[in-house]
Amino acid sequence: MSSQITTPAAQAAASGDGVLPTRARRRGLLREHPEYLLVPLLFVVVVGVWEAVIRFFEVPIYLFPAPSDIFWALVDRLGSGLYIEHGLHTLSEALLGFLCAAVAGITLGSVIAQFRLVEKTLYPYLIAIQTTPKVAIAPLFIMWFGFGMTSKVIIAAIVAFFPILVNVIAGLRSTDVQRIELMQSLRASKWQIFYMVRLPSALPMIFAGLQIAIIFAILGAIVGEFVGSNAGLGNLILQMNFNLDTAGVFGALVCLSAMGITLHVVMLRIQRRLLFWADESKVTEV
Amino acid sequence: MQRAKIMPLERPGPAAGGASAIRLDELEKVYETRDGKRIQALGPLSLDITEGEFVSIVGPSGCGKSTLLRLLAGLMDLTSGRVLIRDRAIAGPQKDIGMVFQSPVLLPWKTALDNVLLPAKVLGLDMAASRRRADELLAMVGLADFHEKYPNELSGGMQQRVAIARALVHEPSILLMDEPFGALDAMTRETMNLELRRIWRESGRTIVFVTHSIPEAVFLGTRVLVLSPRPGRIADLVEVDLPAERDLDTMASDRFGQFSRRIRSQFKSQGGLE
Repeated sequence: MSSQITTPAAQAAASGDGVLPTRARRRGLLREHPEYLLVPLLFVVVVGVWEAVIRFFEVPIYLFPAPSDIFWALVDRLGSGLYIEHGLHTLSEALLGFLCAAVAGITLGSVIAQFRLVEKTLYPYLIAIQTTPKVAIAPLFIMWFGFGMTSKVIIAAIVAFFPILVNVIAGLRSTDVQRIELMQSLRASKWQIFYMVRLPSALPMIFAGLQIAIIFAILGAIVGEFVGSNAGLGNLILQMNFNLDTAGVFGALVCLSAMGITLHVVMLRIQRRLLFWADESKVTEV
Repeated sequence: MQRAKIMPLERPGPAAGGASAIRLDELEKVYETRDGKRIQALGPLSLDITEGEFVSIVGPSGCGKSTLLRLLAGLMDLTSGRVLIRDRAIAGPQKDIGMVFQSPVLLPWKTALDNVLLPAKVLGLDMAASRRRADELLAMVGLADFHEKYPNELSGGMQQRVAIARALVHEPSILLMDEPFGALDAMTRETMNLELRRIWRESGRTIVFVTHSIPEAVFLGTRVLVLSPRPGRIADLVEVDLPAERDLDTMASDRFGQFSRRIRSQFKSQGGLE
């Protein structure tokens, strides 16, 4: 942008009695953010090469669909409402699981950070649970809670729980000692120190945990659906895979990643709103 | 800079000089290292601070200046001896004390006004009255137009002024300040020194002020306590009888120079300055 300022057009724009020619403005924008051009360019190149390779070698559609096949599968299944219906199912499982994990993680994390004895008592068990691959216990939950939504919500919650718990504890632990001393010098109670200083101080780290957890919750829901379900995108992927509808599988994957990106962006928005005061470097952007 | 009047405490001011605000009675602090060694950090040290006094504390680094202040604040357990605040031995933080730290320690999610109101909230004071008082205090420190600003929108000097207003909102009779202007640039620091002098004279509070700057200690204090290297003991106690009305010219005066030299030589004889 800086080199633009010397042009007469830019001067006119700066003084407010003229508008920068569109082309010049566009060029300035691209100079500052070359990625605005490079990201779509890379997409076009990858999709183009992919399409060309599939057509040239005449790869059968059930083995590896071309981008165009995936596109039409998407249009078709979105139009019929198939992806949307199953997508909403998976989304509800993931969100409910995430919510349970957030409530449990923040509560338990706070208790652990506040009371040494609780931490010492629970620590070995938490390590044991955390080091067990949660996916491995999924079949049990299907057996106990059936093929419906409940089992998936629980699996999503368990998978999303640990990143939240760990970050809540780390966040509460890392409170600036001086802030605590300030409160102590005012004879604040432990509870006052907790909700007036420690919890707000920990929010940037808690949010970093929530960011990871919301993506993990989708993962948990899909894994649950793979193990046993009657609906959801995970279920749909299994069915389509079985029917050699590979383009349909890719379409479902596109829907899943769209869901992940949307949830991530929503969380980021909430975080920016709530933590406007936080040091940008402390707010992790995944 | 706006100058709001702030009601003096209904107690004998600096002139009356009678009642004891803080008394240190053979105060000692010993640290124990991990391998069981005992390190004498401070004392034994006895001192009487009268209500309305402004006592500056200087000393070489590591002499226990900050430790002394934290003992006064009740933030640290003493090893032996007693700290008496208005003739009563303390065992923990007191409501009657306001504290200003080296850094402002403001809560970044609260506005300047809410930061000032924090002590009122913690102590459960009447919020309407505290709000009026916070308004006065923010005006007094020259931040009348910055109520709704967040700490990251304020300069370092402004943040420290918010911290001073916060330390006064619950009307403590004693203000403890631990190198509050150490991180500020020289110009801001001079301004803050003038401001603090004025605040002290208007409010009639007892102030104990730790610093590592000899001129600052002399300029601000009615007395300067010089601590020896560790373990911190009283190396000198200088009565600064400069005129009560002090400005930047005061620092250029002969008397001021004499006080500074006396303290500096005290430092040297203790091996505090290289």
